[in-house]
Amino acid sequence: MLSYALRRIAVAVPTLLVIITLSFALQRLAPGGPFDQEQTLTPAVRANLDRVYGLDRPLAVQYAHYLGALARGDFGPSLSQRDFTVGELIGQGLPLSATLGLAAVLLAILVGIPAGIAAALARGGATDYALTALAALGIALPTFVTGPALALLFGLHLHWLPVAGWERGAPRYLVLPVVTLALPVAAYLARLTRASLLEVLRTNYVRSARARGLGGARVLWHHALRPALLPAVSYLGPAVAFVVTGSLVIETVFGLPGSGRYLVQGAIDRDYPLVMGMVIVYAALTLGCNLTADLVYGWLDPGARRE
Amino acid sequence: MNEAAAAGRGLWRDAARRLGAKRAARAALVLLAALTLLALLAPPASPWGYDSLDWRHLAQPPGLTAAHWFGTDRLGRDLFVRTLYGVRLSLLISLLASAISVGIGLAWGALAGLVGGRTEEGMMRFVDVLYSLPYLFIVIILSTVIGRGSIAVLLIAIAAVGWLTTARIVHGQTLQLKRREFIEAARATGVPTAGILVRHILPNLAGTVVVYATLTVPQMILFESFLSFLGLGVQEPHASLGNLINAGAQEMESAPWMLLVPAAFLVLLLGCLNLLGDGLRDALDPRER
Repeated sequence: MLSYALRRIAVAVPTLLVIITLSFALQRLAPGGPFDQEQTLTPAVRANLDRVYGLDRPLAVQYAHYLGALARGDFGPSLSQRDFTVGELIGQGLPLSATLGLAAVLLAILVGIPAGIAAALARGGATDYALTALAALGIALPTFVTGPALALLFGLHLHWLPVAGWERGAPRYLVLPVVTLALPVAAYLARLTRASLLEVLRTNYVRSARARGLGGARVLWHHALRPALLPAVSYLGPAVAFVVTGSLVIETVFGLPGSGRYLVQGAIDRDYPLVMGMVIVYAALTLGCNLTADLVYGWLDPGARRE
Repeated sequence: MNEAAAAGRGLWRDAARRLGAKRAARAALVLLAALTLLALLAPPASPWGYDSLDWRHLAQPPGLTAAHWFGTDRLGRDLFVRTLYGVRLSLLISLLASAISVGIGLAWGALAGLVGGRTEEGMMRFVDVLYSLPYLFIVIILSTVIGRGSIAVLLIAIAAVGWLTTARIVHGQTLQLKRREFIEAARATGVPTAGILVRHILPNLAGTVVVYATLTVPQMILFESFLSFLGLGVQEPHASLGNLINAGAQEMESAPWMLLVPAAFLVLLLGCLNLLGDGLRDALDPRER
């Protein structure tokens, strides 16, 4: 198990380094500086700006500085929002974004996996068809359609929940965003769980467990469920990546002050440090979750530890 | 030789027959064709352009007897024309981006699989690294770098992330093909690697590639509308389904049709393409059923 974990970590760390290097190189070498979109500056002002932000140094020096600063958790100043450092901007929004994402993943697991089990057990029945159709719909609809549609229905028509905005300590503002974000993940988990449980229920060891006279519930709990949940576990890594990207839309749709909107605004303003800081934080988060999912998978399935 | 050619044609005719027998896939194909024709023919036939303003009908709700069937936005622009214009743009961008990304993925995966060794490892490792990042980051980095607004940039950005899946699948298939006797025979008779790639590997990958190309198109439509929704893709006054949905979401309190019309078209388009892709997969690969 330890060597499996080390092997997984040995894959994740270089990936993060490559991402840091790649995004640094891409952004520094590309045409279009952060001051290109404003009115033309005099050469002297321009040179001063470049000097203050270190943009006149050789690339290697900029890179070394950047890596050193990253190690200290310093992402540098934001170029578009002059009064803030990138670290402050990320720190402001990240707790809300993390709450949103975590709640969405939890809700998706709590709804998706039981739904998949119910569909598999009712195979061919009305419940199965209804759940499968619902899952297909949930997977096909993009969040930027379901989000506004849910806000229209539950916010504007039924007046059950607030349409948008955020008040600290008022969880009802998070209900629609979390549901919207969880919907596709829950649908995908339900589909995966249904398919794999059906497969497991056809295996010989489940049949022999039945032959020994064990009841349906006991077979399900003690024999079928653990192997049937493996695909769902390995999907959790990609699911986190999905939730991270989805949260950008959700924060835009529901006007939440999370960190995702800084990524979008940073790209529009061509604010290198902000975009890079966000990408690196989000990439580290995604890789970390992928790693955790891999480790849980390895723990559940000893066969996966041998490559 | 003749027999082989006949068998090859047989596969495609067989696939077409199987596809035609699936009611859902057939309906999707008909609906898609109708939608495409409508998107191509209706906007030029309408008295309104995608950016023409009608001052007498601002934020008008839809109605069959109204001057604008699907209503207008706050500036009096015809939503019917703008939505169909958006469908056309989405289709155009997604078809081009799919062609580019499937092309890159095919070349990359087949080459890596065929060459082998260190080169293969490096090439596929690169794919793994890009794959482990959510695609949006790559697109956002690219649009930070290149700037936004031009359709060419949008194309590059979405094609740059679309080829990864194709490359992986083609790579796997090539590895399987490489072990087959006919490749060995070609090598033994002295056919160069490029010749093996063009004459033997690529034709055998055609079925897989057609399926994934079809499934890539709705993906690309999603990428495009997603980026345009966030303001990183197609810009005003041009209309894409993504930026129409964004504009509609902001006005949904007073003008819900501005959200519902483009959203309905997007869902219809994605649904048809996904059904068609699933149908093609079943038709071309009977084992999948």
